[in-house]
Amino acid sequence: MPVVLQAAGVVKSYGVTRALRGVDFTVHGGAVNVLIGENGAGKSTLMRILAGVEQPDQGELRLDGAPISLRSVRDAARQGIGIVFQELNLCPNLSVVENIFLGRRVGNGFQIDRRTERDRAAEVLRRLKARIDLDTLVGDLRIGQQQIVEIARALVEDARILILDEPTSALSESEVATLFEILAELKRNGVGIVYISHRLEELMRIGDYITVMRDGAVVASIPVAGASIPWIVQHMLGEEGGLPSRASSEVPGAPVLEIEDVTVRRADGAALVEGVSLAARAGEIVAIYGLLGAGRTELLEYCCGARAGEGVVRLDGVRIDRLSIAERVERRLLLVPEDRQREGLFSNLPVGSNLSLSFLSRLAPRGFLSPREEGRAVDGMIRQLGIKAESGETPITALSGGNQQKVVIGRCLMRGPAAILLDDPSRGIDVGARAEVFEVMRALSANGIAIVFTTSDLLEALTIADRIVVMATGRVTADVAAAGADQTALIRAANGVPLGSERASQSATLGAC
Amino acid sequence: MAAALIRLRALIALLVVFVFFAALAPHFLSVGSLLIMAKHIAIIAVLGIGMTYVVLTGGIDLSVGSIVGLAGMVAGSLILNGLTLTAFGLVIYPSVPLVVLIAVLLGGAIGLANGTLVTRFGVAPFIATLGMLYIARGAALLSSGGATFPNLVGNSELGNEGFPLLGAGHLLGIPTPVVIMTLLALVAAFVAARTPFGRYVYAVGGNARAALLSGVRVGRVKTIVYVISGMCAALVGVLVASDLVSAHPASGETFELSAIAAVVLGGASLAGGRGTIGGTIIGACVIGTLSDGMVMMGVSEFWQMVIKGTVIVAAVILDQLQGRLGGASDRG
Repeated sequence: MPVVLQAAGVVKSYGVTRALRGVDFTVHGGAVNVLIGENGAGKSTLMRILAGVEQPDQGELRLDGAPISLRSVRDAARQGIGIVFQELNLCPNLSVVENIFLGRRVGNGFQIDRRTERDRAAEVLRRLKARIDLDTLVGDLRIGQQQIVEIARALVEDARILILDEPTSALSESEVATLFEILAELKRNGVGIVYISHRLEELMRIGDYITVMRDGAVVASIPVAGASIPWIVQHMLGEEGGLPSRASSEVPGAPVLEIEDVTVRRADGAALVEGVSLAARAGEIVAIYGLLGAGRTELLEYCCGARAGEGVVRLDGVRIDRLSIAERVERRLLLVPEDRQREGLFSNLPVGSNLSLSFLSRLAPRGFLSPREEGRAVDGMIRQLGIKAESGETPITALSGGNQQKVVIGRCLMRGPAAILLDDPSRGIDVGARAEVFEVMRALSANGIAIVFTTSDLLEALTIADRIVVMATGRVTADVAAAGADQTALIRAANGVPLGSERASQSATLGAC
Repeated sequence: MAAALIRLRALIALLVVFVFFAALAPHFLSVGSLLIMAKHIAIIAVLGIGMTYVVLTGGIDLSVGSIVGLAGMVAGSLILNGLTLTAFGLVIYPSVPLVVLIAVLLGGAIGLANGTLVTRFGVAPFIATLGMLYIARGAALLSSGGATFPNLVGNSELGNEGFPLLGAGHLLGIPTPVVIMTLLALVAAFVAARTPFGRYVYAVGGNARAALLSGVRVGRVKTIVYVISGMCAALVGVLVASDLVSAHPASGETFELSAIAAVVLGGASLAGGRGTIGGTIIGACVIGTLSDGMVMMGVSEFWQMVIKGTVIVAAVILDQLQGRLGGASDRG
């Protein structure tokens, strides 16, 4: 495959931190160039340099062999380099078309050529096989669809090089499949794709070349045909890593959280969650496995009081579904939300205040906070969870995604929870941090806390959970013990085929004979 | 170094303004004019304290100027005409402390209305309090048909004398409004830094959704800050009426802008979550010194407006710079 874009000896420092230490990276045209590494390995920095967001301190970029300098994202886009960031950069108040052409109006400078814009947007969305109405406001789309709009935005300018930073982290399996079809099509057209992801299976499936980064340097770069998952993990972590599987579960305790016949509807009456019942016992870890849009988030939000709906929720046998969020927190039911930045963190407060927020009423029995007592409690939690922060005064924004996630979990722990709901706790954090978060979840369950978490990663569910509840389009399609569960059946269940229904229909057919 | 200078910008601005007028304005450093200036600063600062809480939650309170006017009118009316109980055909004259209490509670009630509009009915704070700006001002004008309540000295026979002491009196040589402002600022700073409520205010301003999910009663916190702001404004209304020994329905017009300016100059972010009571007090000192200094120098009223506006915009630009230089989370 021809080399289209090359980075040679790229160095980038932020203050004293050297994010990139002389990186060589090659983008092959008509191929998927996979880039992998733990958070902080320098992947994102390298991508930002390739896309013109930042300029390297040393080293150079070569496009088709000729040195180039990219002064801005617009500049890079004009030269055929498009990027889709992990954090979506869309305006929720504008329509799909308007977002696709944001900053790149078609027209004579005065008037927007709406017809051309619409035609080209429709064309691109057709290529993406996305059934998204052009006039829908982006804010009304689900995350998966928004991601497709982002990709459309990069493609509408005929990008020769397309950089995708963790594009599948929010996509459902069918959306992922669609994306991969698109990538295959783009490959055939000679587009060089740079693909960053934490999902190893995915990389093996679609990658042509793989580059592993660690600590700001490239540690290996080979064709994917010569790589294997153990090989990747080994190079990424430097040594043996990964998730040890859960020890056989102890005798489960009494039911702590019970959910009965919960239904949540959208404003237009469509059911997001329909007749869901499940229970989590003391010391039990329950995984709700399902694709995006299965109703997992809505179910958890209903349980903690953040979403209207109907159905019974009991905590330690007491009904709590009429209580406010604050009252449920008082009764020690806590939620770790899916979107850390938007729903979990206070960027204006330091790590310590982020941790202690749900616990303040206990820290101030006479109405006043004692900095010493608060500091002691906070330091204890920082140590218990191994949060990489110098002290409680460290700004929350200085922490990596994994450590920020631990802070949100720590806030729930400080309250001494009876049950914790974690909505996709491994979203957007690297393999190492993920293992640590799961270690924390196990330690909690060992202390008798009931844990319910959602995931779209089946292996994650199988390794962490005692029990797996599969959801598809708002309904429970399977509820089985994790040990010895049939993976294929669970995946089918997540796609809407209830567990056991196959056999039932077979025996029905047999009976008819 | 640059970041440190920007963080101390309000203090530096105060120093610059003060030295400038001390050098150029005649009589600026005389005890008399300094005391008058301190009173003006106290008025802005008390409004600013309430406004700081509102701004910290990401809101704004445009109604404070009108509450100043209305609270003054209510106090004036109670002193002058008493409270008519039509059911009993009685007129009672409440004592001065009771008058102050009624006026402040009225301010709190207006704040409660603001807070309810914002939290229960989802009206944007700017709109809710803009509406209240008109309503309260209208009510102030209606209370007397637009006339002034003059000569609010009270009557010893009715047991309501002593009203002028609040605004014009002194305690150990310090004007009463300054004493009140100082006490209020200390309490407010303590509440902001050392109580769960104060922390909730910062949390709500930083990320309301996360605060809600963490068990913070976000609606209650937001409502309370408007009540605090309304009560501070009513207190100012009483102080102003007392100082002038008369209540005028137009009193307090554009005070809300001075209060917001003091808060912003003091380093608070209008987006919420960042700012301090101490900063606001310094901001109020800058605004007060600037106004009085320019008056003493004989700068035309029109130029005063231009200069004040320039200073406020410059402060906000510095605020943006601080954000870019990685402004740390400052509280207290």
